[in-house]
Amino acid sequence: MSAVTTASQHHRKAAIGAGASGALMLAPAVFVLLVWSVVPLVLTLWYSFQNYNLVDPTLHGFAGVNNYWYLLSDPDFLQSLLNTAILVIGVLVISVGGGTLLAVLYDQEFVGRGVARVLVISPFFVMPTVSALLWKNLMLHPIYGVYSWMMRAVGLTPIDWLQRFPMLTVMMIVAWEWLPFAVLILLTAVQSLDAEQKEAALLDGAGPVARFFHIVLPHLSRAIAVVIMIETIYLLTIFAEIMVTTAGGPGVASTNLAYLIYSRALLQFDVGGASAGGVIAIVIANIAAAFLVRAVARHLEV
Amino acid sequence: MAGQRARGKSLVIAAVGWVVAIWIFFPIFWMFLTSFKGEAGAIATPPRLFFVPTLESYHEVFQRANYWRVTFNTLGVSIGATVVALLFSIPAAYAMAFLPGKRTRGTLLWMLSTRMLPPVGVLVPIYLIARNTHLLDTVTGLALVDMFTNMPITVWMLYTFFREIPVPILEAGRMDGANRWQEITRVLLPLATPGIASTALLSMILCWNEAFWSLNLTSSNAAPLAAFIASFSSPEGLFFGKLSAASTLAVAPILAFGWISQKQLVRGLTFGAVK
Repeated sequence: MSAVTTASQHHRKAAIGAGASGALMLAPAVFVLLVWSVVPLVLTLWYSFQNYNLVDPTLHGFAGVNNYWYLLSDPDFLQSLLNTAILVIGVLVISVGGGTLLAVLYDQEFVGRGVARVLVISPFFVMPTVSALLWKNLMLHPIYGVYSWMMRAVGLTPIDWLQRFPMLTVMMIVAWEWLPFAVLILLTAVQSLDAEQKEAALLDGAGPVARFFHIVLPHLSRAIAVVIMIETIYLLTIFAEIMVTTAGGPGVASTNLAYLIYSRALLQFDVGGASAGGVIAIVIANIAAAFLVRAVARHLEV
Repeated sequence: MAGQRARGKSLVIAAVGWVVAIWIFFPIFWMFLTSFKGEAGAIATPPRLFFVPTLESYHEVFQRANYWRVTFNTLGVSIGATVVALLFSIPAAYAMAFLPGKRTRGTLLWMLSTRMLPPVGVLVPIYLIARNTHLLDTVTGLALVDMFTNMPITVWMLYTFFREIPVPILEAGRMDGANRWQEITRVLLPLATPGIASTALLSMILCWNEAFWSLNLTSSNAAPLAAFIASFSSPEGLFFGKLSAASTLAVAPILAFGWISQKQLVRGLTFGAVK
């Protein structure tokens, strides 16, 4: 904080040119990001009001709100919204709940803790297409998967998870990727908790449960908020995992909003309809983003 | 008594900690193992934990005509996007950290908010722009998109690192007659090397693993590893050995990077909110 004040004071005294050269150094990045964020946005909005199909040139012109109307009255769209909500909420509950517990667990001293931690956070670094195919084939394949073998070993009949429970299974795969993210962030936050504070509570005779609720959880609240909001942004547009496991099916059983827009755009070439879906996705993401930006802003020391 | 109970408790914690860790890591371990089993061994029932390792699956992956091309594509996209993003981000982060003005805070938050744009929301225009500019299915096109999406993160991460550099050191350089260019290249960059390295690493990891644009903007020419692996999804899906070998090759470098730099990555991933 003070370092920055000195810096700005110094420059204000030193040279009027400082402001100009600062702006000059900032300009390229701002310009690039401005173009990147405004042009596609405006185009999406524009297309969403047009009749525009890549394979049907006879279809063109202003469509009014028809694309929106068509989308909103499509049961597939409602199903995809529901699936999006299931995916976001389910993975958030698993990753934040589990992540908090695991952060506390891996904050304890035990033999080989360092290695165990590395193992737990690893799935976060695995690319989505690999994660999804590992689970689909090596783990959950009804004949050759390890989980199916384990089920047979205890006398159960293996289940074709992705056929029988497509949305639930996709959710579990995505949770496997994002739980480690939550652990990574929350463990870092737990470790910044003052050891003296923990000891003082211990001396006061606070039990483990009381310590968790009165010391650890309040300390973690900000990190938890950050995890929830960053995950929400990513989870709203999960795509690759669905594409390589179920391709949105059976039917639309595991189609989320992102996959629906993709299939409208690049499988059915309906630019107008896909763009209307895109606008809706942007609106939903912005609602979540508003909270994130506000939460980060509160801790921004400028 | 009390000592015994404490030891019992720490044994339970160690046991739970290890069981959970092994369970979570198991799919990655199994992928690694399966990559050395060959196709027949990969689908043997019951699954084999002990076997004679073979490099057969790796040989077959290497022999696929496009494997090396895919790897070079991934490297090209990751390195290209990272270098260009840093060229834009370093001056911007410098200006905001050392020459802050009234609008600095607003600019930082605005940059953060551009990161919140869901990629699927702009899939249609980006796809059409790429097609019309002949950037569809090119390394340049994918690298550009990755650079745009990661720039808010690189600016932010660099900004938080630059903020930790004591201003008097930079001032001392200026007293010695260094101009702004020399101040940045001779004083700031050497001091900030670890921070810049972590930022570059995070950008590389994000580009390497990026799947959405890779799947939608590339096909046979510029497909990176994330898209190449997806080609194992349907008819070839049953070749567990080859899938595992290709996956291991795609994942191993990033896992190693992630293990080394987990601490520094947290800062970039949370926009400096958690350190």
